[in-house]
Amino acid sequence: MSPPRIAGVGLTHFGVHPERTSRDLFAEAALAALDDAGLDATELDELYYGNFMGELAEHQGHQGPLVAEALGVSERPVTRYESACASSGVALHDAVRAVRTGEIDVALVGGAERMNNLGTAGATEGLAIAADDLFEIRAGVTFPGAYALMARAYFAEFGGDRSELAHVAVKNHANALPNEYAQFQREITVEEALEAPMIAEPLGLYDACPITDGASALVLVSDAYAAEHDVDAPVVVSGAGQAGDTLALQDRRDLFYTPATSRAAEAAYAEADIGVEAIDFAEVHDCFTIAEVLAIEALGLYEPGAGLAAARDGETTRDGETPINLSGGLKAKGHPVGATGTSQAVEVTRLLRGDHPNSDVVADATTGVAHNAGGTVASATVHVLEVAE
Amino acid sequence: MTAPTSTNAGHDEWLDAIAAGEGYYLECSDGHGSLPPRRACPVCGARELDRQPLPATGEIVTHTTVHVPTPEFDGEAPYVTAIAEFGPVRLTGLLRGTDPDAVAAGQAVLPTVGDGDDGRRRLQFEIVAE
Repeated sequence: MSPPRIAGVGLTHFGVHPERTSRDLFAEAALAALDDAGLDATELDELYYGNFMGELAEHQGHQGPLVAEALGVSERPVTRYESACASSGVALHDAVRAVRTGEIDVALVGGAERMNNLGTAGATEGLAIAADDLFEIRAGVTFPGAYALMARAYFAEFGGDRSELAHVAVKNHANALPNEYAQFQREITVEEALEAPMIAEPLGLYDACPITDGASALVLVSDAYAAEHDVDAPVVVSGAGQAGDTLALQDRRDLFYTPATSRAAEAAYAEADIGVEAIDFAEVHDCFTIAEVLAIEALGLYEPGAGLAAARDGETTRDGETPINLSGGLKAKGHPVGATGTSQAVEVTRLLRGDHPNSDVVADATTGVAHNAGGTVASATVHVLEVAE
Repeated sequence: MTAPTSTNAGHDEWLDAIAAGEGYYLECSDGHGSLPPRRACPVCGARELDRQPLPATGEIVTHTTVHVPTPEFDGEAPYVTAIAEFGPVRLTGLLRGTDPDAVAAGQAVLPTVGDGDDGRRRLQFEIVAE
């Protein structure tokens, strides 16, 4: 079994596009990925599609066939994956498995989300339903509220405060500056972050990702297909892992650690046969600044409690030893929920191939990681991407 | 848009019990606590679950003051939501009648049941005076 190759990638602009349907957003990203691969849609064996809140945002369930027909291949097998913010991460995990085992040769995997047409209150409600309705939502838990509960537990366990989180936001905004697909191509200061209105204490507006419309897609091909059809696909998915945790925070032993990420990472690193020291850079799920801290610790890049100061100390900035979220992350690039997991893999691919505006930052890199999380990391996927030898 | 008001067998009875001051949790033979409705222990999968009395008060583990609510809580923000530990289980509740700045981890809370603006019942906490 050879690792699948990434033959092409595509993104829409991430931002405020309330008039655009998810089927149209996805078609733009997927057709761009096919063009990047130099393949026609008729080459696709199967499609894997992530979407979270289509029923709420567009009164539209059963979106799989819609997105296949948007590419002109309505007869193909297509499945919609819903795992909250990890929807396309789990879609990617399954697509990788199908290609790796040789069951299929060409897969299109991606996701799309339309959110801004709901407005802030509607989108807040849409995101909240990733939590436990009986035990959390009724008690007033919002998506930012859930991460605020984790942030306060983290500070209680390890010390620190929100001023260190502000450096994560500043770093990711700086990284997004040259990224033409990013929602916020502007820098912010620590002071601006700290003075912004509170969303759910201790998290303020600049601790939170924005509400985003957008889509992303990748074309995966088997090693054999790439060789036979002379497909230029220098990046492989050498490891994939997925793991879970209880849906409600109240049912977890610790609120300052995300074991689903650790378990997914262990599986992905084992499959790729790498240790954590091999990772040159990572795109991690920073839906909130505290989430980036939790992610880099659970990925093994930092010991528990040591990740909080990483951005402040310049270790995860573009000039640092292990740059994190060179795309701008969810924080500044944006978070169209169902599109985020595959967009991270798109960005790692572009960074490794050398055609990302931040590629020069990691010019010698051979190994990048994409980490996607759903809810309060009740779902997690980790993918290792490497430049094939 | 709010969720329709529906009945939730197992959970409704549990809320009734909390409201009556007779709260309970479920316990498997290994001592893992959980909340209804459950047919298997979420930790170990054990099928035999016994009702145990919920401790009368819990202790706040973590809390947040929510400023941007969902439409269900539109008239209530800012409000405090907390997770509190009651022996082997933890509950998430809305703190009522409390100055948000006075809430702290370790405080004792009493579980109660209240009605939301949307007519759905919900777990609430009251700070127990020291």
